[in-house]
Amino acid sequence: MILLDFTLHQGAFTLDVHERLESRVTALFGHSGAGKTTVLDSIAGLRTPSSGTIAVGERVLFASDRRVNVPVYERHVGYVTQDVALFPHMNTRHNVLYGRRRGERLALESVAAMLEIDALLDRRVSQLSGGERQRVALARALMSAPEVLLLDEPLAAVDLELRRRILPYLERVRDELGVPIIYVTHDRAEVHAFADHVIRLDRGRVVASGLASETLESLIPNP
Amino acid sequence: MELWRITYFTVLTAAGATVLMLPPGLLLAWLLARREFRIRVVLDTIVSLPLVMPPVATGLILLLLCSPRSAIGRLLEAAGLEIVFTWKAVVLAMTVMGLPLFVRTARAGIEQVDRRYEAVAATLGATPLRVFFTITLPLAFPAVLAGAVLGFARALGEFGATIMIAGSIPGVTRTLAVAIYSYTETGRDREAALIVGVSASIAFAALWLSNRLAARVATPTRKERASGTPAGLHG
Repeated sequence: MILLDFTLHQGAFTLDVHERLESRVTALFGHSGAGKTTVLDSIAGLRTPSSGTIAVGERVLFASDRRVNVPVYERHVGYVTQDVALFPHMNTRHNVLYGRRRGERLALESVAAMLEIDALLDRRVSQLSGGERQRVALARALMSAPEVLLLDEPLAAVDLELRRRILPYLERVRDELGVPIIYVTHDRAEVHAFADHVIRLDRGRVVASGLASETLESLIPNP
Repeated sequence: MELWRITYFTVLTAAGATVLMLPPGLLLAWLLARREFRIRVVLDTIVSLPLVMPPVATGLILLLLCSPRSAIGRLLEAAGLEIVFTWKAVVLAMTVMGLPLFVRTARAGIEQVDRRYEAVAATLGATPLRVFFTITLPLAFPAVLAGAVLGFARALGEFGATIMIAGSIPGVTRTLAVAIYSYTETGRDREAALIVGVSASIAFAALWLSNRLAARVATPTRKERASGTPAGLHG
């Protein structure tokens, strides 16, 4: 269970989310500027809401009324940002192992095998292709044994062909690891293919929320 | 030979001063580049003050601070630390005069480091200290190195503050810069000219070495940018 019940003011922009997520994959859907990335940043602790509560499972990450604000590095979120942001001064292996939590069940070998990056581990980051970067960033996030996985438009910057190749890896993560995923996209087809639950944001407000399979058409009118 | 002793002494004290600059300098550079706090502007100004004040004035302030009549001076005396007119005074003057150059250069380098990397490292569980040493510092390394070389070069040439607090005692506090002045004063122009040559050679070697080092440290941030971000676009 993920509880997102908070308000965040930023200049003239106000983000207002009051949702309880029980699904494996929740898609945050909406135009750019709707506040999708801000939601992920708030969960990760990179932005601080003005008020409200954010909790992942039993752990309260932020609660304004109790003055709880867990620092970013103790939140245990795996965050793959839109630009991937692999550390340029480390090779692939050191990137993947950067956030490894000791004593966790995930071994490098299994994650590398699942995402098929074994052969890339000794390469420099600058030698990786776009699709490879996405998988390495995903592996890096998974190795930190996150309690929630935040993916910000992981397929936005790749072409259709590559999209078809990366999606199965995301599905593997979803099906094999059981980590809840919050997934930002503005692509209807991706919501269809990947998400259980969809939240539609518009100018900082939730305008629709429901099971992706049942309500996608009614939620998201054709453009 | 006296020339070599002066050279050795100057390089050693300047190197010591550079090492002393690093911990407070990195902390200040990071604070000024990455933190918002109330006295930021004040701190920024104080750090840069030795750059714009006459070095002799800085030297006088240091002298007054370290004199046995001041509170700090009494503390130093109680601790058995004698500073004024010793080699320690030379190092102190060099450190204070070199620090602003180091801080400004390192700060500019830290500001260039993309905050996304620091944010992602934090989400991966890295404490602020670990983020600094594994992400910020390595990515800002060329600038930090350049700052250290500038600080070192400034320390090598330090004159005004040194003469105030350390004097020009042969074999005790006489550095290359001070020696040039002292020799010229006493009509030993040839020796002064020789020292000018030595100073120039050391400065040249330091700059050359730092350029080599900076070139060897790959600057992948730039490389990555050149190959086109967002990274996902090519593939």
